[in-house]
Formats: sequence, structure tokens, C-alpha cells
Amino acid sequence: MNESPVELELVGIEHSFRSGFRLSIPPLKVPAGSTLALLGPSGAGKSTLLEIAGLLETPESGEVRVDGVARTPRDRDSRRLTAAVFQRPYLIKATVGENVAYGLKLRKMPRHEINERVADMLAVVGLSGFENRAAGELSGGEAQRVALARALVLRPRLLMLDEPLSSLDMMLKRRMQREFSEILRSRGITTLYVTHDHDEALVLADRIAIMRDGGVVAEGSAEEVVAVPQDDWTALFLGVEPAFVGIVESQWAGLLTIRVGDTVIRASGTLEVGTHVRLAVRPEDVTVWTQMPQEASSARNRLDVKVTSLHRSGVSWTMVGAVDGVSLAASISDAAMLELGVSAGDTVAFTFKATAVRVAREGAYKSD
Amino acid sequence: MDWSIYTDALVEGVELLASGAADIWIIIETSFRVSGAATLVALGLGVPLGVLLGTRRFAGRRLALIAANTGMGLPPVAVGLVVAMGLSRRGPFGELGLLYTNNAMVIAQVLIALPLVVAFTAASVAAVPRQLRLQARSLGASRFRELVLVVGEARMGVAAAVAAGFGAIISEVGAVQMVGGNIAGDTRVMTTAIVQFTRMGRYGQALGLALMLLGMIAIVNAVLVIGQTSAERYEGRR
Repeated sequence: MNESPVELELVGIEHSFRSGFRLSIPPLKVPAGSTLALLGPSGAGKSTLLEIAGLLETPESGEVRVDGVARTPRDRDSRRLTAAVFQRPYLIKATVGENVAYGLKLRKMPRHEINERVADMLAVVGLSGFENRAAGELSGGEAQRVALARALVLRPRLLMLDEPLSSLDMMLKRRMQREFSEILRSRGITTLYVTHDHDEALVLADRIAIMRDGGVVAEGSAEEVVAVPQDDWTALFLGVEPAFVGIVESQWAGLLTIRVGDTVIRASGTLEVGTHVRLAVRPEDVTVWTQMPQEASSARNRLDVKVTSLHRSGVSWTMVGAVDGVSLAASISDAAMLELGVSAGDTVAFTFKATAVRVAREGAYKSD
Repeated sequence: MDWSIYTDALVEGVELLASGAADIWIIIETSFRVSGAATLVALGLGVPLGVLLGTRRFAGRRLALIAANTGMGLPPVAVGLVVAMGLSRRGPFGELGLLYTNNAMVIAQVLIALPLVVAFTAASVAAVPRQLRLQARSLGASRFRELVLVVGEARMGVAAAVAAGFGAIISEVGAVQMVGGNIAGDTRVMTTAIVQFTRMGRYGQALGLALMLLGMIAIVNAVLVIGQTSAERYEGRR
């Protein structure tokens, strides 16, 4: 079993590159046993931050603290608290068993214990009996599972995962996301997970830090950060409609009345009157009507919007409608699209429940 | 067309080698000892230098790489000339009294092999992804173990460096002739002996030694190829 989980803190990390790129990170904390995803586009500095956090590189300034104690790459015992898995498995030219045993051999562990731990770990990643297989004979998914086993067998207190699934095909990636998620949660290892895929971040992480141009633009619980984008760039990166800004006008029995321009939106929650908030509604929570039915809908919000765009999103359609500073997207099936017969420029009604409105204080997840 | 000059020499050469004549085997042993020592020294110096050039970024690295690559084309006679001058009585190292000794030949051969070993090693380790080193570091490897892993992963190239270095010096004649002096029973090696025997019209002995030289190069390369391909069984058929 692993020892008790540790807390990871990144304090005042700054790092410059000859190219002029600068990493400047506000204080970040990964609570013991949880997973923080560093989410952002290529070139945002995610991997560099992971290398610094994993004690693989020394930052120009700032500290990496584990349970409050500053650690540096120079100290081998500190480095051995961590293990990493990268985008490609980088297996050495040897057998699967020798690959998984690599770190244990460096720790000069007795042979019989190495064999036992390697066999146990291969079972955890679903590769029992693969010890003598050549590393080069493995499929992409198997190789990445060996890389994970090679890291986990060391029983690290901190696990650094740098886009470990990005080189896999979609089907395998989904399966491996579930497997990684189960393994990480069952082992309770404090994990930093670099990805540019927000779905992956949502599946695997407890918290998300969105990175852009060497900085962190938003940080918070996975659900909140993705549900209520803190700015238009974040919304664009996440592929969702930007959140809109409003002010709480009243609060009664867990129901908020929020004014957005001339529009009033009702949301579940408790916030003080006068609080500036950002709101967002998931497209799948919005129902579209060309004619409202006789019976009143149970949804507390109804907006008459002008359709500004209609585009296909995978197997469904996304309809974007706007009214008075509020822009919302609705997800519609093929059949519903045919039935509605709506095109851009038409006016339709969007309805959604108060519980479907995600509300966050303005700047709540914005990083300092 | 009369081919008997070859067949007669071949028969004579094989008989000579089979007879175990001491003077011939001393020549072979000297060749192997001098070139073997020079290869080991060149490896000892060249592999770490090559790893440094292939894995680190520092001021003057490009210049060092250009020097190593240029050194691969060094004419052995030029190396022999410079070493002979340095070790001659008037030279800066004349007092050491090394000219016309086995050690002088080792020095000259190291200078010939070193650029080859450095350049081949640098090229092969530079091709190993930086992430592999990071991966090893993340699994607890020290900087030294990291580099050992890199050299291991680049073993094809490093073995090629050994083959190139050994092949270049065992078969060169200019430098060893100039700094060794081709003294019978002492600094005479296979290449200088072949030249000597050919001048004297003793084709059988010359051809026998030439075959032996070829055989030695083949054996060393066979060992290196086994080393080079030892990793292939782990690479799979994908």
C-alpha cells in the first residue's frame, strides 16, 4: 500500500526561456490524494510546470513544497517522492518486466521483492504475465499501461502525468481514461495531470487549473471551472459559450434572481444581494420551443432569443441564440432539428431550469 | 592470363600462418595490442565527450562538433607527422623518449580514432529523446545513470563508433610507420609489415598478413554487430 498522501504546493514559480517565453505561476495547491489537471493549449507551459513540480527541473525562482517542506531536484530522496508518465511511454529496449523494475533496481531493492512488486503492478494495470514480453511488441495502450505501472510500482507520493493518453486513438483513450481514473482514485496518490482535453480533465481531475501563455487564468473545482468560463478566451478554449455577467437582485428560499442587462434569470443558490456573478447554462440543459405549449413548463427561465448560428457538433446540432447581452447555446438532436425547422435569424424560446444555471462569483475561479 | 602469383602467395601465406612462425605472430600480436589499447583509450575519452556534445547545450558546442566531424577526415600521415615531431628529440615531448615505441603508435592511433568515436557517439546519443532522460530522472536515476541509459539506448551508434575507430587504426599504415619506425620484433605491425614484405617481393607473407588483418577486422565487427543487434529482440515486429 502507499503511504499516506501528501499535499503539493507550488509557490511563486517563475521560469524564463531563451525564446522569451516566461512561466509565471500564482500559488497552486494540490490537496493530499487529489488530482489537479493543468489544462491548456499547446505552448501554455503545462509540461514545463509539470517538470518543475515533479522535481525534474529547477525553476528560476519559487518553491515546490511537499507537505509544507521545500524540495529541490538536487536532493535525490526528494526526487524519489515523485514519478512521471509522459505523452509517449519511452520504454527502454528490454522486456516489460525489466521496464517496470527499472526504478526499483535504482533503489537497490532485493531481486525477489522486485519480482513480486512487478507482478503485482502488472496485474493492477491488466497486464499479468507480460513480464517476459518484449517492450517493442506492445500496442500503444499496453505500452502506456506499462509506463503507468513503471511509475506506480515505485509507490510515489506524487504522480506527474504529462498527456499520457494523447497519443492513443479515441476508443482506447476513453477506456484508458476510466482505467487511469479508477487506479488514481483507488491509490489516493496526489497527482498533477497535464492535458489539453477538457473532457479528460473532467473525468480524471478533482480540480482544474487552466493555463495560457505561461500563466494560470482560472483554477477551481473541475466542474466549476469548466461550467462557468471565467473569460471569453477560456470559453473559446473549452468550446463552450462564454459565461455572462450579472448581479444578484434578490434571494429567497434558495432561489436567486439575477439581472443580466434587461434580462432576468433565476438560478438555484445562496448569494448576497448585489453580488456580481458569472452564469452559464450547459447546451444540453436548454430546451428549444418554436411555440410554447398550453401547459406551463416547469422551467423557471424562458428567454425569447434570436437564433444567431446553427452548426453540427458531432451527432447533434448546436443552436446559439442571443437576447440583450445573453448568448446561450442549446443542443438539439437531428430529429428535433427537422421538427423545429428553425434557421438563423428566427426567434425561438429557450427554457431551462433554475438548477441548470451554473453561478459563480465574478473572479471566484480566476487565478491571482 | 596468369593468376599464379595470387594462388602461390595464398598457399604460402596460409602455410606461414599455420606454421606458427614466431615472427609473424609477434607482428599480429603487436597490431592487436597497439590498436586494441588505442581503441580503448579513444573510447574512454571519446564516449564521455560524445555524450557531453550530444546531450548538453553549451557555448562552443557547435565548434566542438565541427572539430570532431572534421577530425574524422584527418589523414593518418598528418597525424603521424605531428606526433613524430612532438616526440622527436627537438619536440616538446622529446624528453619522454617515446618515439619509435609502441606507446608512440598508441598515441597516434588514439588521435586518429578519437574524432570518429566522439562524432559517432554524439550523433547517436543526440537522437535519443530528451524525454527518455526525463523519464529516467523521474524514476529516480542519478545524472550518471541517466547517461548510462542514454548510451545503452544509443548502443547501435556507439558500437558503430567502436567499429569505425578500430577499423580506421588497425588498417592505417602512415602514422604507425612514422612514429613506430617499423622495427622488427618491436614496433612492426601488420600494415607496416605488409608494405615491407611487398617491397621485398615476399608476397606470400604479405598476403598472409593481409588475410589475417581482414579476419581480425571481421571478427571485431561480428562481435560489435552482435552487441548492436542485442536490443532488436526487444523491439518487436511492429
